Amino acid sequence: MIRIQPEDFSVDAEVTALRRQSRRIGAIVTFIGLVRDLNDDDEIRTLFLEHYPGMTEKSLTKIVGEAMQRWELIDVTVVHRVGRLQPEDQIVLVAVASGHRKSAFAAAEFIMDYLKTRAPFWKKEETATGSRWLETRSSDIEASAEWDRN
Amino acid sequence: MIEVLYFARIREDLDVEREQLEWTGGISDVAALIAYLCDERGAAWSTTLRQENLLVSVNQAMVNTDHQLADGDEVAFFPPVTGG
Repeated sequence: MIRIQPEDFSVDAEVTALRRQSRRIGAIVTFIGLVRDLNDDDEIRTLFLEHYPGMTEKSLTKIVGEAMQRWELIDVTVVHRVGRLQPEDQIVLVAVASGHRKSAFAAAEFIMDYLKTRAPFWKKEETATGSRWLETRSSDIEASAEWDRN
Repeated sequence: MIEVLYFARIREDLDVEREQLEWTGGISDVAALIAYLCDERGAAWSTTLRQENLLVSVNQAMVNTDHQLADGDEVAFFPPVTGG
């Protein structure tokens, strides 16, 4: 299940819904991305998240599909927020359900690494001194490229 | 017609969110569309659309600039992504 929404999400509710998908689930790995309070020493007031309606959903579907092909998974939930967020807010949830933990851990990492470099979302920091669009981190590009090689 | 969308920093730099362009055979691929927009609209557009890390999608799939265009296509220009 893939959802993009301005509203906050409940990790509990999402994991419960995922658990109920199948009785074969032996492991669920969750990743939650949060708005950090500090970034390069400027105090963040708000974080604005923009996306490309339609394409963002398609690219997340494709990423989850690739994960399903690489590992034996039972189901995946991705919830990503857009709009104006505050420090400590939840941004993204990736929850991967599988029979065993190893594939769930690996797939959760893969989905996040690909999401960071392939899904059309853009973050803009708005601080007391002005606003700026964030740049892609080279460590994120490297992490995604590593999966391409393997 | 070709629908052209602009996102994030690209949208702000060019001050346009979306527009429709009359499609002519002359705009054969993405590179030709970029050349057309830069010629037509001047230096600010050239700077923005010719930056090295500009990303382009056609019909909501990532493409290279040699991707062929057809009437009715939806083209989008945007910077590297920073979600998650």
